[in-house]
Amino acid sequence: MTVRLQTEGRVSEGTLLEIADVKTHFRTERGLVRAVDGVTFSLERGKALGIVGESGSGKTVLSRTIMGLLPSTAVLSGSVRFAGQEILGLDARQMRHLWGSEMSMVFQNPMVSLNPLMKIGKQIIEPLQIHLGMDKTNAVATAERLLRDVRIPEPEKRLGQFPHELSGGMRQRVMIAIALACGPTLLFADEPTTALDVTVQAQILELIGEQRKDRNMSVILVTHDLGVVAGHTDEIAVMYGGRLVEKAPTRELFANMKMPYTKSLMRSIPKLEDPSHTRLLTIPGRPPDLVNPPKGCRFAPRCAYAREKCVQHEPPLIVSDTSSEHFYACWYPVGSPEFEERDVEIMTNVGVGGSA
Amino acid sequence: MAGTGTAHLRDGDVVLRVDDLVVEFPMGRHATVSAVAGVSFDVLRGETLGIVGESGCGKSTTGRAIMQITAPTSGTVSFEGTDLTSLSYSDLREARTKIQMIFQDPISSLNPRRKVRDSVKDPLDIWQRGSEAQRIELVNSILEQVGIDPERAAESRPHQFSGGQCQRISIARALVLDPTLIICDEPVSALDVSVQAQVLNLLEDLKQQYGLTLIFIAHDLAVVKNISDRVAVMYLGKLCEVASSDDLYGRPAHPYTNVLVESIPIPDPELAVAGTTITGEPPSPVNPPSGCRFHPRCPYADDICSRTEPTMRSIGDGHFVACHHPLVTPVSIA
Ligand SMILES: Nc1ncnc2c1ncn2[C@@H]1O[C@H](COP(=O)(O)OP(=O)(O)OP(=O)(O)O)[C@@H](O)[C@H]1O
Ligand SMILES: Nc1ncnc2c1ncn2[C@@H]1O[C@H](COP(=O)(O)OP(=O)(O)OP(=O)(O)O)[C@@H](O)[C@H]1O
Ligand code: SF4
Ligand SMILES: [Mg+2]
Ligand SMILES: [Mg+2]
Repeated sequence: MTVRLQTEGRVSEGTLLEIADVKTHFRTERGLVRAVDGVTFSLERGKALGIVGESGSGKTVLSRTIMGLLPSTAVLSGSVRFAGQEILGLDARQMRHLWGSEMSMVFQNPMVSLNPLMKIGKQIIEPLQIHLGMDKTNAVATAERLLRDVRIPEPEKRLGQFPHELSGGMRQRVMIAIALACGPTLLFADEPTTALDVTVQAQILELIGEQRKDRNMSVILVTHDLGVVAGHTDEIAVMYGGRLVEKAPTRELFANMKMPYTKSLMRSIPKLEDPSHTRLLTIPGRPPDLVNPPKGCRFAPRCAYAREKCVQHEPPLIVSDTSSEHFYACWYPVGSPEFEERDVEIMTNVGVGGSA
Repeated sequence: MAGTGTAHLRDGDVVLRVDDLVVEFPMGRHATVSAVAGVSFDVLRGETLGIVGESGCGKSTTGRAIMQITAPTSGTVSFEGTDLTSLSYSDLREARTKIQMIFQDPISSLNPRRKVRDSVKDPLDIWQRGSEAQRIELVNSILEQVGIDPERAAESRPHQFSGGQCQRISIARALVLDPTLIICDEPVSALDVSVQAQVLNLLEDLKQQYGLTLIFIAHDLAVVKNISDRVAVMYLGKLCEVASSDDLYGRPAHPYTNVLVESIPIPDPELAVAGTTITGEPPSPVNPPSGCRFHPRCPYADDICSRTEPTMRSIGDGHFVACHHPLVTPVSIA
């Protein structure tokens, strides 16, 4: 790895991020949207956490809450401690010294987040000059190297191009180069590889992984691709309707999935070993309305395993019998007699690869 | 001939045939980007052709060039027997109603200021198909079919729908003119896995029902395998392998396809350690390598690979590869 910036004088061990009962609600015409509704977790230095969940489950809002990048309609509560310091609710002026050099984010939509009117070179070089005080020559050389690191061919030429002249995947890689430019301690990567082909995806994830090891950077990888989180994270948090519904070390989660929701997500992925045109399993219905979330388990209306209790009472986040680091919120988890009884019924009705 | 051969082209009920398609873009003052460099393929009626390949290899450009949104530098695109590259503007407009495109970003491909149902009805208004009442009836029934409440669509704008719903709406809009061919450019990449499964099932159903022919461009190889009958692999503006989807994944013959298949992330941490990964720098489409464009990164490359461009040849069962040293022994050389 060639990018080594700002590595001296860093604390290299311990907890980097601690968030406790974070709520991010938005005031809207329809009422209060409970986008993130009481999330608690912590992240060690140098570790990678994957956040998965359907669209609208609050993954991006949670990341933006930690970064302090929210519109003024947001109502915040709870606590976010970064390197021991409370940062929830700091304004943009106070956050600015953290952005880039301490925390940076690869945004979900590269076309929207890159300035379409500015050559990509300038978009990488400017933060290097501003945050790291590099002179022009040095910044240009660093920018070229960063582009080469993210596997962009002919970086010298690309610096002079505008975003629309690059393919979708190249724009995404430019975003990653910008995010890594100032050597952050915590990198948020929000769907960093959805626009990339599998070989480049593997390289980019490896690149992020190397940075993580080299500089003990922590990573929060937001994605709905369970294949991506499987190979590139230490822990996984599953979100549903603004809540954390399951969290475990990666291997433990895949070995002993507890939430029917997590299981359903797994089952809706097309499998390479299935023949083509295999009917895919789907999760019926839609994610909950966050203005009026269901009062029991938020997944109950769509859960094939739900019973009366699920509709009436919200399950607490409890420790799994399989690992003390594994938490889930479900009354009838995978493996319980109630779950298994119904699962046999469902899988028989559906037939292998049938539609649900 | 610049292309990689035509052995893989077929007779039969061909809806679309692309012949030696070349698309170049100027880059700076003196250079050109060779985005698509002599690609030929065909799609039979009712078939789904998947196109995969490295980011920047020219998949979207190929899709746009078929639609003539980007003018091909050379080559022909013949759709139901008519060469689209030689049509007058008005004939092309007419022909384009039979070919529709669905894009990756469902929300920004709909007009944010218009009611969703009006956006879906637009093509019918532009082409003045039927009476207003008939148009609304048709639009309602198609919206119903893609699982969108027509009443809600009549009153709401795109931002009031989720990403998956917007993609369903885009699909509805692509369907109203009763197209023959739909080119889907990463239609599910922006969707989460559960909605992706719904949209893939939906495309499969609509295909049966409307007798559609599809071109499906995507990065997710498991998704492409699921939806496609045949898959074409592109590398740096060239086609390197074409086969039925089960065959392509079962016995990839081109070294690049092999790397691609090996790089697929597996949703299982015990198996997720990548096998073969690609080595070397990505090549430049401005100054593409000689001979086989993959040779600088190919573990099997020898002299002939850097000198001579391989052409498509059959390795049996409708499986074609453009490689001097394919990973399986050719059964017959076409
Ligand atoms: N500024 C806002 N005002 C009101 N609601 C908002 C705002 N931003 C986000 N939301 C809502 O908060 C919820 C969570 O959104 P978020 O973007 O975090 O989802 P996500 O999990 O990142 O989904 P995706 O996978 O689609 O990116 C959604 O219902 C969204 O509509
Ligand atoms: N308008 C343009 N001007 C200049 N170069 C372009 C233009 N459009 C595309 N290109 C170049 O053509 C090549 C092929 O791009 P294309 O968008 O077709 O790739 P792709 O295979 O769709 O990639 P991705 O998977 O990343 O979407 C790239 O090198 C790209 O930079
Ligand atoms: S032709 Fe040669 S260089 Fe190209 S893929 Fe085959 S073996 Fe590799
Ligand atoms: Mg998001
Ligand atoms: Mg593309």
